[in-house]
Amino acid sequence: STSVGFYLWRTVFILCLVNPLMQGLNGEESHHHHKETNITGLQIVKFQWHHVEAPYLVILWVLVAGVAKLSVIELNHHVTSVIPESGMLIIIGFILGGIVWAADMQQTFKLTPTNFFYYLLPQIILDASYFMPNKLFFRNLGSILIYAIVGTCWNAAAVGLSLWGCYEAGAMGHMDIGLLQFLLFGSLISAVDPVAVIAVFEEVHVNEVLFILVFGESLLNDGVTVVLYNVFEAFVTLGGPRINATEIFNGIVSFFVVAFGGSFLGILFAVLLCLLTRRTKNIQIIEAGFIFVVGYLSYLTAEMFSLSAILSITFCGVCCQKYINANMVEKSVTTVRHAMKLLANGSETIIFVFLGITAIDKAIWVWNTGFIILTLIFVFIYRIIGVFFLTWILNKFRLVPIEVIDQVVMSYGGLRGAVAYGLAAMLDEDRIKEKNVMISTTLIVVYFTVILQGISMKPLVQWLKVKRAAHSDLKLVEKLNNRAFDHILAAVEDICGRIGDNWWTRGWNRFEEKYISWLLMKPKARKNRDYLFSIFHKLNLEDAINYVSEGERQGSLAFVRSEQAANIDFKKQFDSEFADMMPDMNYEMGIENISVTSIVKDSIPSVCLDIHGQDRKKSVDDFNAHHLLQQHLYRSRKHHRHKYSRSHFSINQSEDEMQEIFQRTMRSRLESFKSAKMSVNPAKKIKHYRKEQTHMMANGHAKSADYLYEVEAGIENPAFMPDMDTTTQSPPWLTETEMDTVVAPSQRAQRRLPWTPNRLRRLAPMRISNSSTDSFLMADVFITEEEPAQKDQTKM
Amino acid sequence: MGSTNSTLIKIPNVEELMQETGFSTAHIIRLHDRFKELDKERRGYLCPRDFEAIKGLAINPIGDRIIGAFFSPGRETVDFYTFVRILAHFRPADNSRPKESSSPEPINSRTNKLKFVFQLYDLDKDGKISRIDLLKVLRGMLEMQVTEEQLDSIVDRTIQEADLDGDDAISFEEFRKSLEKVNIDHKMSIRFLR
Repeated sequence: STSVGFYLWRTVFILCLVNPLMQGLNGEESHHHHKETNITGLQIVKFQWHHVEAPYLVILWVLVAGVAKLSVIELNHHVTSVIPESGMLIIIGFILGGIVWAADMQQTFKLTPTNFFYYLLPQIILDASYFMPNKLFFRNLGSILIYAIVGTCWNAAAVGLSLWGCYEAGAMGHMDIGLLQFLLFGSLISAVDPVAVIAVFEEVHVNEVLFILVFGESLLNDGVTVVLYNVFEAFVTLGGPRINATEIFNGIVSFFVVAFGGSFLGILFAVLLCLLTRRTKNIQIIEAGFIFVVGYLSYLTAEMFSLSAILSITFCGVCCQKYINANMVEKSVTTVRHAMKLLANGSETIIFVFLGITAIDKAIWVWNTGFIILTLIFVFIYRIIGVFFLTWILNKFRLVPIEVIDQVVMSYGGLRGAVAYGLAAMLDEDRIKEKNVMISTTLIVVYFTVILQGISMKPLVQWLKVKRAAHSDLKLVEKLNNRAFDHILAAVEDICGRIGDNWWTRGWNRFEEKYISWLLMKPKARKNRDYLFSIFHKLNLEDAINYVSEGERQGSLAFVRSEQAANIDFKKQFDSEFADMMPDMNYEMGIENISVTSIVKDSIPSVCLDIHGQDRKKSVDDFNAHHLLQQHLYRSRKHHRHKYSRSHFSINQSEDEMQEIFQRTMRSRLESFKSAKMSVNPAKKIKHYRKEQTHMMANGHAKSADYLYEVEAGIENPAFMPDMDTTTQSPPWLTETEMDTVVAPSQRAQRRLPWTPNRLRRLAPMRISNSSTDSFLMADVFITEEEPAQKDQTKM
Repeated sequence: MGSTNSTLIKIPNVEELMQETGFSTAHIIRLHDRFKELDKERRGYLCPRDFEAIKGLAINPIGDRIIGAFFSPGRETVDFYTFVRILAHFRPADNSRPKESSSPEPINSRTNKLKFVFQLYDLDKDGKISRIDLLKVLRGMLEMQVTEEQLDSIVDRTIQEADLDGDDAISFEEFRKSLEKVNIDHKMSIRFLR
């Protein structure tokens, strides 16, 4: 397509411009100095390349990388369904590297370890940890740790020893190398790389448990990698004879120190961050910056103490996300999320492009066929062995066993990436004479995993699935029941309170809510933590925003005030692309996803205006019942979870569902209650029932056994007293089929917003209770301070 | 632990319960703790309101039906035994247990799990899932914008697929047959109840 060509040409053009320029300028440096001393007249304009050289090059390369990414996206529809984006970027890197090489005869631009580790990697890890689905992560933490620690050690040892064995057997020719160096190489090549994992898995839809296992492993294995690398490097320096039991013991101790120290440091910085954001009520404009600053600081501090920097920044992000999202204003939260994605995306692009560029460098290539091929084989095989063996052990302890198919994907998904390359490039060439062999091999392994395994990952996943679910066309009745099972399980889990292996979770939750949130969260934010509240609050906000933007589009808000059937359907139509992203981690953070600005500015949600009433009656014959079922079945709590994507974070559309389900449930309960109450003392029951309902509304947890909640506040709205004559006033939602029915809004709504026939009930969500100023109408929480006070009482 | 034994002693007929449901001591104790937690007014039994207070159930489309499943018809209360017996349906199946042909099928067998689900659907308790039953279930699980005609068509097709003897209703056998490819044990087991 022409746009691709255009972008590529632009890139090439820029580069060709830049290169000879820099060639010439580097040579002219000396001339400049000379010239400075004998100026003959005033120069109006000077060419001051040397002033701007360093930042200019950096920014130029960032631009180039961005343009490269654009071209890759343009190719999206044709090629990227086959080759993952990261692979494409590497290939573009090859091209660019070739251009630079052709101009310069040397590779002036390389991915240096310093740049990589200090300027490019931290933001990716921070982004990954900030959007990490915590519940899933911690639930599987045991398995993740086993894979990360035991698996990586096994890989390192196995690969290193096997390579050494083969070397001794003469398969690699003559090299100036020893056992320790092989072990060192083994340790750096064995680390699964988080950047590569994200890049490849993003385009392959695997189930969330599998994803979190691979991804978590790739993050946490840094602790092991750093230790092994440092230990073996030290051993190499010390030399063989001086390694005795003490040193080995030191090595083991250092693992614990590095890993736990790094994590602890990360947590410390997370606490600092939360405390900072707690205080930013009056300076909201900068509060979004703190996470980046403190996150980076945690990374550097850990690096300073030679602890695991990746672990540090990971735990910083993981631990702080909940609190800072609660503490910061919505706008800041949005800012942070967008900025994170931007930085991470940018870094990833640059890394992959440069990984490609770095290859085009004659200086580093030392091609040792035996070494390379054996490494590839061993890395692959030992990964498979390691995964299967560890999973076999883990499945004895896990409550939901990991299936064989998942294990296959997990072993195939052990991708190596830039971290391995960075570590290889950091090797000291004086000590390790065969550094170039190692670098070359590492690069080949990285290309192999990212490009080849990346390409084949998707077909593999599809192929395996197809093989397993040969009857992939589930019958309606199966689909229906599957969904019903999910709901049933979710319900029973709730009833059981998820005790058992979640008993600790509950205990931790209690502890956390009492002490940690108290310390780290703004008091206002703590009050608003209530689950159902926030749903309704955000939904109301959404509605209001949509309402306004739609009205403005129409020219004025007057159209909604007419009595006719002006049906405004605020159902959001989402881009179909977004519907099938990877697991969405954002659901974990709950409803904070929806922010005011994102709804207004975002072009994605569009409002469907249906002015002529129920036009949407399609003929039933056209309808594929399967499709309908697929689209409209409520997703159970288990399903609408995690969507992780580097480039998109979608507004969660499940809140619509939850609200509907909730309303329906309440409605049916109210009905059954009403029919049951006939023979009982109405006054007593009503109060009791209302007490129960509003208690549940306001504080959706069934927590401590001793709660007392008296709802006496609020104005009795006679329209909703159940013991009134029920035939005259039936609750509005029971007459949903009549679209013209006016729902009497709450007092607040009457004051502030014009009504619209249809969806207004969402603005005044739950009319179960008789008090119209109940605490779940969020705005009133701040107006009437008694509500929070009552809520506080319940929490005692 | 001393507290373990004392709690066990408080629950009469514990042995029988454990035998019938297959729960271990630890499970029974935990369930008992949970029961006590739900039973806020310490009456020794649960009523629908206690269940309704559970957070997740309100936004579960079939939450109310599940609550209903705990209460046998006509009863307004659930005591601890019934509570445990119903929950026993969700234990993962014990493949290791020797199959004694003489003893009755364990509560958490595949058949019994399916029976439990069947009873959730079959509201009028006539032993078959009629169109009306299915309509109600589907209505509850589908979003609001699905119209009645669409709903009807789905129900029609569903019954068509599963109904083998042509009586326009799904009996338990037909239900079981239609789900033979589904891994019931996996889908209807709670993690901790192992």
